[in-house]
Amino acid sequence: MKRSVVIGMVALGVSILLLFFLNLLLGSVSIPAGQVWKALWGGEIDNAIWQNIVLKSRFPQALTALVAGAGLSVAGLQMQTVFRNPLAGPSVLGVSSGASLGVAFVVLLSGRLGGVALSRLGYMGEFAMTMAAIVGALAIMALIVYVAQKVRGNVTLLIIGVMIGYVANAIIGVLKFFSAEEDVRAYVVWGLGSFARVSGGQVMTFVIIMAVLLPLSFLLVKTLNLLLLGDGYARNLGLNIRRARIGVITSAGVLVAVVTAYCGPIAFLGLAVPHLCRGIFRTSDHRVLMPASLLAGAALALLCNLIARMPGFEGALPVNSVTALIGAPVVAVVLFRRRKEDTGE
Amino acid sequence: MTREQTIRIVNLSIGYAGKHGVKVVSEGITDTLRSGELTCLLGENGAGKSTLLRTLSGFLPPLAGEITILGRPLRTYRERDLATVIGVVLTEKTSIQNMTVEELVGMGRSPYTGFWGRLSEEDRRKVKEALDMVGIASLRDRMVQTLSDGERQKVMIAKALAQETPIIFLDEPTAFLDYPSKVEILHLLHRLSREMHKTVFLSTHDLELALQIADQLWLMAKGRGVTVGSPEDLALDGTLDTFFNRPGVAFEKQTGLYRIESVYRGEVGLEGDPVCCAMVQKALRRNGLRADMGTSPDGRTITAAPHAYTLRTADGLVRRTSSIAGLLELITESM
Repeated sequence: MKRSVVIGMVALGVSILLLFFLNLLLGSVSIPAGQVWKALWGGEIDNAIWQNIVLKSRFPQALTALVAGAGLSVAGLQMQTVFRNPLAGPSVLGVSSGASLGVAFVVLLSGRLGGVALSRLGYMGEFAMTMAAIVGALAIMALIVYVAQKVRGNVTLLIIGVMIGYVANAIIGVLKFFSAEEDVRAYVVWGLGSFARVSGGQVMTFVIIMAVLLPLSFLLVKTLNLLLLGDGYARNLGLNIRRARIGVITSAGVLVAVVTAYCGPIAFLGLAVPHLCRGIFRTSDHRVLMPASLLAGAALALLCNLIARMPGFEGALPVNSVTALIGAPVVAVVLFRRRKEDTGE
Repeated sequence: MTREQTIRIVNLSIGYAGKHGVKVVSEGITDTLRSGELTCLLGENGAGKSTLLRTLSGFLPPLAGEITILGRPLRTYRERDLATVIGVVLTEKTSIQNMTVEELVGMGRSPYTGFWGRLSEEDRRKVKEALDMVGIASLRDRMVQTLSDGERQKVMIAKALAQETPIIFLDEPTAFLDYPSKVEILHLLHRLSREMHKTVFLSTHDLELALQIADQLWLMAKGRGVTVGSPEDLALDGTLDTFFNRPGVAFEKQTGLYRIESVYRGEVGLEGDPVCCAMVQKALRRNGLRADMGTSPDGRTITAAPHAYTLRTADGLVRRTSSIAGLLELITESM
């Protein structure tokens, strides 16, 4: 592997560690760094409240951000390659709309039909929302995979995916219209996306699921590299295009479904991070881009989470706004600089 | 080395089978392709050249008939096996970004690499050989998006070489190229067919070049099937004469090439330096005058020598000029 690639990966790794620790350190309550460090390694610290904050609030949140950022970025990279479209991202196939639809059904309908608003059921309600999101996202993904077997063109598939997303959003709109105000509010809050929602016990489930899915998605690197050449060449080099397409869409779809279920729809990361990595590493080789997207996605999500929680904002900033506010300029700068280098050569 | 039959086609029908019935593009194709030869597929737009190439590459199922490749029916090949038998260069311009020439040619090794697609020492050596063979070793670290069309075409040919297939299909490899690049690419392919004993089959619209460089021609016409032969045989038996039968195009049997047909309005006599005479002849032909060596019936005669052209008219007038452009002006005045 080239030296520049190794250096880049190490730099990303170090920044993840640093950002992770900053996530534990900074927040509305100021806790000395030494105490945070001690709490992290299981030591008894003077203030039990501090220990609770670090271990029960900040640590799960940082872990969620790290894993979610990695998952969305890898999914985004896969989508962009399989659709050969730089604007493709995790949300483009309607998978996250599917998750939203599932949640909307649970949150908005339960209040009307069962008489009990799920949003007020606490832990059970949370669990129901997660399950609903996963079911909704996977249902839409199954539909997309089914369509992928029927249609030839990538663009056709992309358009159908976008259309399915619109239909899902329209149904959500109808549901909202007939729902009680507080249920709508609960749904809207979910839709803002958050790394803080996942509570202690669920974090481990989430991390374990992702720890299985992310390595699985890496199995597709050769397929993705071949897909870069276009269908004709890829096929001539021995790739079964249909199987490859379904494999990649399934991998990306499941990643998005799980992340969305636990964190709500997080916009932008999945679209931006692959571009960022192509800009930094100047390659389209997925053997580099996949780990790079994973690391950069994790780092950027941690950074966004940190900013959303900055003293002064007190956790009031929704993550979705921060990802776009931070991510968009970063990507624009990287792309702009690369363009200048290209023309300067 | 002997030339062996590598592809055998028997009574092949090609086309597309859709929901609304079958669209037959061409049928009854029966012929063979041989190793160590360059075969050019010629035909008008819509004659079915790409369809034939796609069918032979296994991208498209044949409607009827049998294709045998290296003694084995095409339909029995799995994708992975076929990848080591047929290499293709397609018309579609790839939109690959941020990939070096070496990496792209390295993709040609995919059928041989393992699960992660890592290139072994041997793979790297094969890639280097392919780059050298095509003469683009100096481009190896360039990003493909910075290459010219001709260079990119060479990269794709190098990819097909790295793929180490005995058969290479190319769909219009000379489209989008300037004339010298067209000649260069065709020369390259001809050399590859001879030196590496490959079966090279390409479609093209560059009739003149194909007539000069192809070992075999496949002429494809809408509704008339495929006619096969060496360019010379097809010239002698009159096939080429009728094949591109359009007003304004004439086939010259003497040279075996097509040229723009002219209608002559007059004649002049011509004498002097042979090379200068040939050029004068060419210039006059374009202007509707037939120039033959010797004197002409109406008395006008041109004497041609480098930088000195003399026009003698029937009334005995003699005028001189130093260029063919000047000569053309004199002639126009005298008419």
